Amino acid sequence: MTQVYPELDAEALYRALAQQVKAGLAHAENLAIVGIHSGGAWLAERLAAELQLNERLGFIDVSFYRDDYAEKGLRADVKPTQIPFDVEGAAILLVDDVLYTGRTTRAAINELFDYGRPARILLAALIDRGERELPIAADFVATSITMPAGQSLILERAEDGRFSLTVEHA
Amino acid sequence: MHNPQLNKNGELQHLLTIEGLPKANILHILDTASSFVSIGDREVKKVPLMRGKSVFNLFFENSTRTRTTFEIASKRLSADVINLNIAASSSSKGESLLDTIDNLSAMHADMFVVRHAQSGAPYLIAKHLNDTQQSHVHVVNAGDGRHAHPTQGLLDMYTIRHYKKDFSNLTVAIVGDILHSRVARSDIHALTTLGVPEVRAVGPRTLLPSGLEQMGVRVYTDIHQGLKDVDVIIMLRLQNERMSGALLPSAQEFFKSYGLTPERLALAKPDAIVMHPGPMNRGVEIDSAVADGTHAVILSQVTFGIAVRMAVMSILAGN
Repeated sequence: MTQVYPELDAEALYRALAQQVKAGLAHAENLAIVGIHSGGAWLAERLAAELQLNERLGFIDVSFYRDDYAEKGLRADVKPTQIPFDVEGAAILLVDDVLYTGRTTRAAINELFDYGRPARILLAALIDRGERELPIAADFVATSITMPAGQSLILERAEDGRFSLTVEHA
Repeated sequence: MHNPQLNKNGELQHLLTIEGLPKANILHILDTASSFVSIGDREVKKVPLMRGKSVFNLFFENSTRTRTTFEIASKRLSADVINLNIAASSSSKGESLLDTIDNLSAMHADMFVVRHAQSGAPYLIAKHLNDTQQSHVHVVNAGDGRHAHPTQGLLDMYTIRHYKKDFSNLTVAIVGDILHSRVARSDIHALTTLGVPEVRAVGPRTLLPSGLEQMGVRVYTDIHQGLKDVDVIIMLRLQNERMSGALLPSAQEFFKSYGLTPERLALAKPDAIVMHPGPMNRGVEIDSAVADGTHAVILSQVTFGIAVRMAVMSILAGN
């Protein structure tokens, strides 16, 4: 079952995140943005437009790097990873919607390194729900919450581009 | 009847033939392959999906190209590949096919890629693995006799979709030695499953098998009629090594009647693509001017073939 998460205004959270990113990366050199499919990709698209980094925007699908392939197999809806800029020496802002166990971030970092050696990788997440299973922390987070383990938080994008958050119960 | 390619959850466990393979499975493989294509352009041309898995290439019949593309696909998935030139080893010492399989399974094989001159050999292996509680080991048919070459069929579908976007309005002509061609059979099953409205088989009567009409194919013995207004031309290799008896007067005669020349290509639609599974016999089934021309997508087929084989192997190994 699915329900909207009324306490979390995704649009307000996005604006908070964008402000942090702009302030934090005002002087960053060789900056590029990579969004993790699918929620992170939408966030990255909007951030890149605001930061005028459309030429340095990439998308990543971590399916080929996941650590649960042996148990779960390949997901049915794998999207191509697209990195149109040179990763070598770039400062990459990795963007995800929800930061949870850290396993997706680990997979994304591994995949990025197969494109070259970045100068640095930073992590931005709309929501941090804690419960990390790996030593990973975000550089920019709009809000932190706690949620029961069986639930997942899903970012959705309406046709007009507006974001909303829903909760899915396993 | 239980489909031996699928496990009890209906997931693809072995890839043996395209015949009877549901459309959803075919599309899943093509969609997954499109995510693998760009890996060939990267700094590190590898993903870690099959790290620690052992893939055995069992080629009971020679094929440099197919074996190489499976080897590259395995390596780009980080699997360990073991190439066995079976023709020169165990079977010539008298070991049976299934004893060979059991021995290799005892070496902890995770996947067998099988090429065999006998139709049905990959089935036999898959059935044996399923019957002996070794269903965690997967089988990919890399061509069996005249029967099937499913990964070639899938990479042909990938190539057609890449250039034509959609299958629902296409006319596809398969030209040449259809009688001996497992590629033709796999292509015909794939094209019909994907909803191509018109599939044509073009060739001399002696190289056209019976029963094509029942497969939904329109048969042409005149190449000029057969190529009229087609979107896709799939040329087949004239298989000299399979030719027995007087099916053809000579290769030169064949070129005169069925070789794809620029003049004949002009009968197809202006944006038609020309495909060939390789290896090509220039001047036998295809003119060099066509093979090297702007309509030819033959080398794209090779590149896409690696991504398609990566998709097949990673889907099987995950099920």
